[in-house]
Amino acid sequence: MRIVLHISRQRNGGAKPKLVRYEVPNVNHEMSFLEMLDVLNEDLIAKGEEPVAFDHDCREGICGMCGCMVNGLAHGPRPGTTLCQLHMRTFKDGDQLYLEPWRSAAFPVVKDLVVDRSALDRLIAAGGFISVATGEAPDGNAIPVPKEAAERSMDAAACIGCGACVAQCPNASASLFMGAKLAHLGLLPQGAPERDARVEAMVAQARAEGFGSCTNIGECEAVCPKEIKLDVIALMNRDFLHAQILGRGAVSENAG
Amino acid sequence: MLLDSKCPTGPIETRWDRHRFNLKLVNPANKRKHTIIVVGTGLAGGSAAASLAELGYNVKCFCYQDSPRRAHSIAAQGGINAAKNYHNDGDSIYRLFYDTVKGGDFRARESNVYRLAQVSVNIIDQCVGQGVPFAREYSGYLDNRSFGGAQVSRTFYARGQTGQQLLLGAYQALERQIGLGTVEMHPRTEMLDVIVIDGKARGIVTRDLLTGKVESFFGDAVVLGTGGYGNAYYLSTNAKNCNATAIWRAHKRGALFANPCFTQIHPTCIPVSGDYQSKLTLMSESLRNDGRVWVPLKKGDARAASQIPENERDYFLERKYPSFGNLVPRDVASRNAKQVCDEGRGVGETKLAVYLDFRDAINRLGKNVIKERYGNLFDMYQRITGEDPYELPMRIFPAIHYTMGGLWVDYNLMSTIPGLYVTGEANFSDHGANRLGASALMQGLADGYFVLPNTINDYVASNKLDKVDASHPVAREAEAQVNGVTKRLLEAKGSRSVDSHHKELGKLMWEYCGMGRTAEGLKYALSQIPAMRERFWGDLRVLGNGEELNQSLERAGRVADFFELAELICIDALNRNESCGGHFREEYQTPEGEAARDDENYSYVAAWEFKGVGAAPALHKEPLTFEYVHPAQRSYK
Repeated sequence: MRIVLHISRQRNGGAKPKLVRYEVPNVNHEMSFLEMLDVLNEDLIAKGEEPVAFDHDCREGICGMCGCMVNGLAHGPRPGTTLCQLHMRTFKDGDQLYLEPWRSAAFPVVKDLVVDRSALDRLIAAGGFISVATGEAPDGNAIPVPKEAAERSMDAAACIGCGACVAQCPNASASLFMGAKLAHLGLLPQGAPERDARVEAMVAQARAEGFGSCTNIGECEAVCPKEIKLDVIALMNRDFLHAQILGRGAVSENAG
Repeated sequence: MLLDSKCPTGPIETRWDRHRFNLKLVNPANKRKHTIIVVGTGLAGGSAAASLAELGYNVKCFCYQDSPRRAHSIAAQGGINAAKNYHNDGDSIYRLFYDTVKGGDFRARESNVYRLAQVSVNIIDQCVGQGVPFAREYSGYLDNRSFGGAQVSRTFYARGQTGQQLLLGAYQALERQIGLGTVEMHPRTEMLDVIVIDGKARGIVTRDLLTGKVESFFGDAVVLGTGGYGNAYYLSTNAKNCNATAIWRAHKRGALFANPCFTQIHPTCIPVSGDYQSKLTLMSESLRNDGRVWVPLKKGDARAASQIPENERDYFLERKYPSFGNLVPRDVASRNAKQVCDEGRGVGETKLAVYLDFRDAINRLGKNVIKERYGNLFDMYQRITGEDPYELPMRIFPAIHYTMGGLWVDYNLMSTIPGLYVTGEANFSDHGANRLGASALMQGLADGYFVLPNTINDYVASNKLDKVDASHPVAREAEAQVNGVTKRLLEAKGSRSVDSHHKELGKLMWEYCGMGRTAEGLKYALSQIPAMRERFWGDLRVLGNGEELNQSLERAGRVADFFELAELICIDALNRNESCGGHFREEYQTPEGEAARDDENYSYVAAWEFKGVGAAPALHKEPLTFEYVHPAQRSYK
């Protein structure tokens, strides 16, 4: 089949983006979306044009490195699927696809479809951890974790940090990302001692990074390739309120 | 060169304790005066960087990805082994040690493997403490599953995302240190050379992938946790950007490369579908707990799987290996899959696949149980192939997955360059000729959390190092060399893309140095590689410049190294006139078609010294002795 692409191209963050039209003939329906871009790039190189820059690595949906907007949807039309796991059988002959980078003040564009997501790392550095140094931990079975809690924690821990939630959110909020980490750690007994401090530190950092607030629109949940549920944001708000009532924090507004 | 493994002697149970006691320590207050450079942020690099910073060292950490959380350890699915014996099924440190030495086909060091089994129990504790959401029983205690090559249940897991969860544990520990200012993190930065001054590793040369800036960083020691070299084969289960550049450039600076021909071919990957294929996706080995591997009895049977009656199916692993059945180790499973396909009994469009069938498990346990155990893997399979594995059997075929070979290290994980340490898949030490499932995560974390932070002190305490900076002539020479390579790649101005060269190399390697190797085939590959390498340099097209993000340029540098490394892999495979583990030389097999080792002549680690591109490398041998696990032909029957 033949696919028509309109790709947002820019040399660097300072340059003005331009939509450039490309045609990829002979797309095989077994190809992944990124393999289709590989084919386009090989073709561009043969013609002496610079290939389209896009981030990718594992190509099995787990590293979180890939992703762009496809016709306005982060990671494209298929629910629960990263761009690298999206296959061309999802599309039909002659489809027109508009590819743009994640757009958010906290994710500056680097080149073409590549953005800088280091703000997400700084959210984790602010508090997204359990402070246990190597060697300190007791025996693994010394802390029983109810199966239900372990499962819910794991649901949240599945986040791959791709940034689709931020890209899709009209407010560019990182609440789903933060909520996922806070739920992952906060639902476990090991994470309980730092639960208040963690939510306060991460919320403060999100504000410093320029992420927006949550207004419960839910677009993040709709595009999350790991199908993280909005509940984690509710849990974050509950934790934040709890921390505030305890009077430990300096931040006084609503978390999300 | 004399290879001193520094392995302790005496009773194996106390070797690590006694060795640690004999190592020098660095006073906690003095640690902050020392800088350690860590390259790579997977399980082996990330855990080391976090642990060293916790101890008080200044750490400078580097990765090529945009975040340390994305290293390819994240893709490991099935689990991590530990000799906890929580299930009272006869496991012990000794049994994990025994299984690993045997599974490695008697080509690993006993001392290292015993230590690995010992610290395996601490790893689980540490990870639970960090909040890794391991699977639990209804009691709240940790659940285990069984894995290939073992008859006990010792594999801890977090659904089919164990690597992800363990890596996030290490990543969060690392980010905590970054927040505290003890680790200086450099993402999107690639290491392109080691700076060796007065015979000691003192720093690295890096290239900032966003700006192209070439820079030197210095420290008291350098740790490489940069992963394996499976991408030399182009198609592998590795991430697209996984590369051997860090270890290869260290090799060119004097670090010996050990057992490069020990490559692991994983039996359960999704088969190739076309020329555009960019990578292969693994389906976790854990699937073999409930899936049954089969092909039609008849050659060229074109019927759909559901149309083939029970008595016309050949469950070849269960038939040939009744006691281990579908849970035979990876090398055995892969070879048998290749064999039935060679016989013309392969399935699917390409006939290069076998079935992995869950029909019986679904009938026995119900779809929900299977979904709970493997749901995400089934979803992944469905996304890639467009087929529903709850209804149709999966089609699988072996693919390059892991490399047991790597830079030679002693018991302290130090390479032959003093001050250069190598952890995880990047070193060669613990898996011999074949790695057992769920042992890579164990080794990466053992090295980074518990071994290196103990052994590196001894080097730091014993060496008084002068301060060096970028004005040092050695650093300037190394930077100039790095800039020279970049310039050469950009100025080749040929007609072919990096990938087209890489694919050509990969095909040759898979054909002649893949699952089955012969002297004749290896000699042919060795006659082709130098010419291919010349074509690469002569007819390469890298567009753009070196002062901004240029992904073709990054790949070109890595592929240039694969062209050199591939030659060494073949040389090593040709030298090793025996079959063992993942290295199967067709000339050397038992009458039943199993690998025939030659312990008399090849019970050694082959450590190669670089002598120049295209020049014959020098072989150094580290003899292997087995005091506890007596070498025998591995039997899984």
